Amino acid sequence: MSGRAFVDQLKQQFGNLIVDANLDNIDPWIEVAPEGIVDVCCYLRDEPSLAFNYLNCISGVDYLHTDEKKAKKADWEPHCEVVYHLFSMTHKHSLVLKVLVPRWKEGRAGELPEVPSVAGIWRAAHWHEREVYDLSGITFTGHPNLRRILCPEDWVGHPLRKDYEMPSEYHGIRGR
Amino acid sequence: MALYLSNFMWSWLAYTIAALVHVVLILSLVAGGALLFIWLERKISGRIQDRLGPTRVGGKFGWLQTLADGLKLLTKEDLMPEGADRMLFRLAPYISFAASLAAYIAIPFAGGAYLLGAAPWVAQHVNVGVFFVLAVLGLEVFGTILAGYSSASKWSLFGAMREAAQVVSYEVPLGMCVVVPVLIAGSMDLSLIGDRQAGLFTNWLIFHDPFTFIAFWVYLTCATASVNRAPFDLAEAESELVAGFHTEYSGLRWSFFFMAEYGSMLSVSLLAVILFLGAWHGPLPIATWLGLTAEHGAIAMNLGKLLGLINLLLKAVVGVSVMIWVRWTLPRLRIDQVITTCLKYCTPIAAGMLLGATLWQYQFPSRSFFGLTEVPQAVYHLREGPQQAVQNSGSSPESREGTDVPEDEIATVNHPARRGGQVSASDTIPQESIARLR
Amino acid sequence: MSTLVDDPRIMEFDVRTDEMLINMGPQHPSTHGVLRLVLRTDGEVVSEVTPQIGYLHRSAEKIGENLVPRQWIPYTDRMDYLAAMNMNLGWALVIEKLMRYEPPEKGRHLRVIIAELGRIASHLVAMGTYGLDLGTFSPFLYAFREREKILDLFEEVCGARLTYSYITVGGVTADFPSGWLQKCEAFLDQLVPVIDEYHALLTTNAIFIKRTASIGTMSPEMAIDYGCSGPVLRGSGVDHDLRRDGEDIYTAMYDGYAFEVVAEKDGHYPRDHQYPAVPHEARLGDSWHRFYVRMLEVIQSMDLIRQGIDRYSLATDGHGEPMKLTQKLPKGEAYLETEAPRGQMGFYVVSDGNAIPWRARARSSSFSNLWITGQLCRGCLIADIPSIVGSLDVVMGEIDR
Repeated sequence: MSGRAFVDQLKQQFGNLIVDANLDNIDPWIEVAPEGIVDVCCYLRDEPSLAFNYLNCISGVDYLHTDEKKAKKADWEPHCEVVYHLFSMTHKHSLVLKVLVPRWKEGRAGELPEVPSVAGIWRAAHWHEREVYDLSGITFTGHPNLRRILCPEDWVGHPLRKDYEMPSEYHGIRGR
Repeated sequence: MALYLSNFMWSWLAYTIAALVHVVLILSLVAGGALLFIWLERKISGRIQDRLGPTRVGGKFGWLQTLADGLKLLTKEDLMPEGADRMLFRLAPYISFAASLAAYIAIPFAGGAYLLGAAPWVAQHVNVGVFFVLAVLGLEVFGTILAGYSSASKWSLFGAMREAAQVVSYEVPLGMCVVVPVLIAGSMDLSLIGDRQAGLFTNWLIFHDPFTFIAFWVYLTCATASVNRAPFDLAEAESELVAGFHTEYSGLRWSFFFMAEYGSMLSVSLLAVILFLGAWHGPLPIATWLGLTAEHGAIAMNLGKLLGLINLLLKAVVGVSVMIWVRWTLPRLRIDQVITTCLKYCTPIAAGMLLGATLWQYQFPSRSFFGLTEVPQAVYHLREGPQQAVQNSGSSPESREGTDVPEDEIATVNHPARRGGQVSASDTIPQESIARLR
Repeated sequence: MSTLVDDPRIMEFDVRTDEMLINMGPQHPSTHGVLRLVLRTDGEVVSEVTPQIGYLHRSAEKIGENLVPRQWIPYTDRMDYLAAMNMNLGWALVIEKLMRYEPPEKGRHLRVIIAELGRIASHLVAMGTYGLDLGTFSPFLYAFREREKILDLFEEVCGARLTYSYITVGGVTADFPSGWLQKCEAFLDQLVPVIDEYHALLTTNAIFIKRTASIGTMSPEMAIDYGCSGPVLRGSGVDHDLRRDGEDIYTAMYDGYAFEVVAEKDGHYPRDHQYPAVPHEARLGDSWHRFYVRMLEVIQSMDLIRQGIDRYSLATDGHGEPMKLTQKLPKGEAYLETEAPRGQMGFYVVSDGNAIPWRARARSSSFSNLWITGQLCRGCLIADIPSIVGSLDVVMGEIDR
């Protein structure tokens, strides 16, 4: 199944929840509105002609230039992306979904943006979402156990944010 | 020995000296054995695993490696966890070691006792030696359980719990297997059981009948379990319980557990050899052919016994090597599988073998080697008890003084209660007893 | 704290049989590094297992945002350090996918040979350490003996024995030295009888079967749902192998190679008459099957290497030029999963048009494979935990990155 067919099918099913799609990229991706991600994923998994029963990966990507000059040149506004790589064991096809969220929830610095969790759809998402939360700082609402996974529980900050600064000290260990 | 010495000094001094000598001999055997077996274990495991094992310390074969390790262990810090029960924690290794050591008191190292007209080489002759050895070996478990309990570590506790569960499962079939040779020899006296197997290897109890043959393998399995060796080394399963009951031990205390383990390995092997594999008798009665028996004087007799001792130890070392070989070959069982193996398979098999051996013995009382050969008359009469033999040995002054016939043994020989009121003139026993058995 | 009890009998009969909370790891002999499992046990029975990870976290992804792709290759070495070649390959391929670059034919066959050798080395360690987990030490050393020979081969190729950085973006750092292929073939020839030894020591050993058969059984649906991959997935009977089912850029490497995916179909493994039969105690998806799949994959890889050697010898073009360090990446993003020994190793790269990627992400196979432990270990015995975790064959370097 090609990227175009996926987009058409999803657009038909979900309408405005499918925000955007990029079919020119090497791996064509479809952008889904945050509030629609659970429904879309549920459909993708359960629709027999799609049957995306395997979640490869969830990645968090932070878009922000800390350098003022570069920020001006960038063709995007600062934001965070959650990227879902899906695969179907039955049909052996794959799909990339994206959810775009602001870097901070409603622009309030320090409050993490929220994306509904898909841990109820693929249990593989469980740890992947924890990792994205830990490293990229995106909260997954509805996740049964959203805790840090790679960093210690009391770690401050989310290291894969572009504006992250390594703490100068952690329990007596020099950070910088 | 004590009796002999008491001719020259106060008897309490004589007994003390005799006891000390025995302790030193046994201690050096156990310690030397541990030294040898740890080296052997490394060498064998090395060879099994395509390695060389130790090669440097002490010359070509690295035979001093254990000693070097011992020195290292001596210098290590004696650590104790904060929440440990201090006294029990200190005590546990010694209990294990003492139990393992104490079993040697009743193990005869060379016999020829009654057959050759002299007492066996044993620290303290116990006429229920089998029972004593098993009982004392069972005490070793206390050390393990105490160590696990007192360490204030959950892994240690698990090790102790497993050991407790394991001990109840292997002791039953182990005991039953041991009863089989006891039944055939008609005595619990280890030296008597040993001498029952004099002569050719056809007289060895393992070959006595098919049931003893199987019983031997069941015994070997249970004995491996009893000394906590793989595949039954659950109490110290390193991939599950870190190091099990001795997780928190270090240095010398830790090495005591190992001394105890290797000591017990040797003692269960010795027991196996005495009960099943001809004890101090070689496959061929070379000592008798060479004339190293009591009839040719004390020196010849003691030389014969020395040969017997070497024979016994060699066979025991082979037994230990088999355990080492098994350890480096097999994976470990799970605790429920150990209990299943011991209780569900070994126990019925052992019980069946006991029953089978009983019936066999009833049917062919004087046959040996799966019923193919006749038990020699001299050996066959041994089952009647030590009275006749001790009387014989008592009649020969040099053998009585030169060896350590226990005092109580002599005292009870002519005791009416011991005789059970029977008139047992030595020359009338055979026919009567054979008739009685039939 | 008050100890007042109204009814003294309550104290008297209050035999405490509390559940125990135990830390298995991060310092524990059977957790393959620094995995920490928090066990809640009732005696020997485990009621809950919570894996805790992160003890080997080295911020590899953050570092990847500051290095050009070729500089990040050594960091991929340190992810799955037991199959570093396969990690190199995964990252190299995803950058090549982003750059729409196709390595020359000879380079492709070379990569197949190296990647499959890496798979054998990795599976040998998996097999050996699994024996170790079950309490037998010798197979571990037998496995390392053979792995050592593979490392010797790798050393000849690239000079390193653990962290190779050999396969790189655009090709490999150097061609095979002369005479290497003969050595490789000689190694394969002598490995054939050794495999039978492994089967005798482990696969068909009664105690081994007792310890692994029907332990940690996962259904195919469960394995897929939890995102398991590699031998763990195929051990459940899911017929999925990226070397056959993956994306074109990866399967192109294996184009024309004859191999069958090692997964049970209708109660049979491919060519299983040559290998020990599946014991009747074993159920599909248990520890024994996962182990068996790895053992069969070793043989499969040996086949592939032989085919690769033939093809490599026939190919005439070069082995590929490593990409220039200063070369800018095209704008865009690419995700590619490769079949690493432990499962599907995915790399995701986002580029904003600079030489340094905007985001480098590694999707670790062990990460997803480990997550299922909590589910598999529920209700098992403590002794089963090494048996289950060992059969998942996780490498912490890859999980924590």
